[in-house]
Amino acid sequence: MLSFMGKRYRPLVPYLALAGVVLLTAVFAPFLTPYDPYVQDLEGALSPPNADNLLGTDRYGRDLLSRVIMGSQTTLCASLLLLLVIASFGSFVGAICGYRGGKLDIFLMRLSDVFLAFPQMVFAIAAAGALGGGLFNAAAALAVIGWPKYARIARGLTLTIRAMPYMEAARMAGTGPFGMLVSHVFPNIAGPVLVTAALDIGTIIMELAGLSFLGLGAQPPTAEWGAMMNNGRSMLQTAPWVILAPGTAIFLTVAIFNLLGDKIRDAMDPKQLQK
Amino acid sequence: MKSYVISRLMQLVPILIGITFLTFGMMQFTADDAVDIMYEQAGSVSEEVKAAKRAELGLDQPFLVQYGRWLAGVASGDMGRSYLSGKRVFEAFADKLPATVELMVVSILLTIFVATPLGILAAVYQNRWLDYVIRTFSFVGNSLPNFFVALLLIYFLALRLGLLPIMGRPGDWHSVVLPALTLTIAMGAKYTRQIRAVMLEELEKPYVMGARARGVREYTILTKSVLRSTLIVIITLLALSMGSLLGGTAIVETIFMWDGVGKMAVDAILTRDYPLIQAYVVWMSIIYVCVNLVADLAYHYLDPRVRSCGGES
Repeated sequence: MLSFMGKRYRPLVPYLALAGVVLLTAVFAPFLTPYDPYVQDLEGALSPPNADNLLGTDRYGRDLLSRVIMGSQTTLCASLLLLLVIASFGSFVGAICGYRGGKLDIFLMRLSDVFLAFPQMVFAIAAAGALGGGLFNAAAALAVIGWPKYARIARGLTLTIRAMPYMEAARMAGTGPFGMLVSHVFPNIAGPVLVTAALDIGTIIMELAGLSFLGLGAQPPTAEWGAMMNNGRSMLQTAPWVILAPGTAIFLTVAIFNLLGDKIRDAMDPKQLQK
Repeated sequence: MKSYVISRLMQLVPILIGITFLTFGMMQFTADDAVDIMYEQAGSVSEEVKAAKRAELGLDQPFLVQYGRWLAGVASGDMGRSYLSGKRVFEAFADKLPATVELMVVSILLTIFVATPLGILAAVYQNRWLDYVIRTFSFVGNSLPNFFVALLLIYFLALRLGLLPIMGRPGDWHSVVLPALTLTIAMGAKYTRQIRAVMLEELEKPYVMGARARGVREYTILTKSVLRSTLIVIITLLALSMGSLLGGTAIVETIFMWDGVGKMAVDAILTRDYPLIQAYVVWMSIIYVCVNLVADLAYHYLDPRVRSCGGES
């Protein structure tokens, strides 16, 4: 059994390692920056990449490499926390709906229908704007519109496992509804929910950075990739490195998590393996 | 078919009520007072004048009454006036909508014409170098945020090579290229991937093997039989990607100064012009819902298997 599991998950190792590097960078960002990402040096403003500032400096002379490293903490922590909230709240609601059924289920599913009827970014832009911007509010806007997808998935999964014999057996052994949810429903729907979440990391990072880029997320001087790109927009012609540094950082991070998500899905889905 | 259309239309009613309710409710979370924003430029205005204005706008009424009035306005095309310009919101929105529609239609057509052949080629040459090249491109396109794509295109195509104008002017085909290309790259990447997957599945089906066994040329099999199956995939993808396209236009229009509803909404948020934002969210969602409805009906029409389940009499 163990060797089989090992073989199945072995293709994940390099991608897990890459994602691990990104995460470690984010966690230890304050110790990795060569300079203070917030210290201005107006004399050295907008210098192109050189030996001292490997990625150049922005218009306040702040070291871009340091800001990109620091930004990984802001962007990644916010995105992953947001995803955790959406996925767990959504699956919680979905599992309860699927398990209980009845009026609660009808009400919550109609509500999720309404949220799903909004184009996600249109809603998020307006909601973040109404809440007044800021990284927390931008994340809140994305959370409000993001949970129904997970509720849908979790509900569908719960409905298929509800009638399984082991569920029947647990019920007959006297397990209450709460116990059923905690010890039987959640463990059994966790896999597919995790796969969906892994595939979503990249999208969430891009959406949150997009809101910051529009000025609705992280506010200056916070080192955040989307906000940094917004800052460099007007100097595109004279100082392209100001947007290239955070832009490439977003691209590489999203690419790594997208690859990881694909590989996790392949590993979890035996049908894919045969191809 | 008729009964199916009617039942789908009936399902829209609660959704539309929900959309309008949430959009209206969302604006109640703002910390600003509408009347304060209106008189911001006018300097100091006495509280009586403000109170009179509030009463005139119905802002002193309970929430549900305000919502009811506003909803009646949405239905009749009267969504109030912009706080700043004083223009009627519905007209401001209708003025800008054609530019956004132009941008969307061009990007969708571009996406279909680029992604369909690429997806089919990748499937036909599965696991050969051409497949790897196409898959790499599609992967990269999928991992690039649209604002980065837009800035890269501006930098390389407009600033360095001077091929195309940066600023968008609706109606001029030169200026639609860059914003449309930006939207196409992300969408095309997804389409290529999906079309490839569906083609691979289709090419394994017995009828293809049968056709091959009878000596039908590979090209004929592709164009005459297999291509048809991609049509349904494209409709699914269109409906699915409409959501991100509608959101994407906001960012892309802002970057390219394309004078559409997306840019209008982002500007309105920065100036806290809430009636414009409400109109934007409500109408964008209605467009989204309608596109999904049309896609559902198209399925129904195109795919006999769906039709027989739908209760055709």
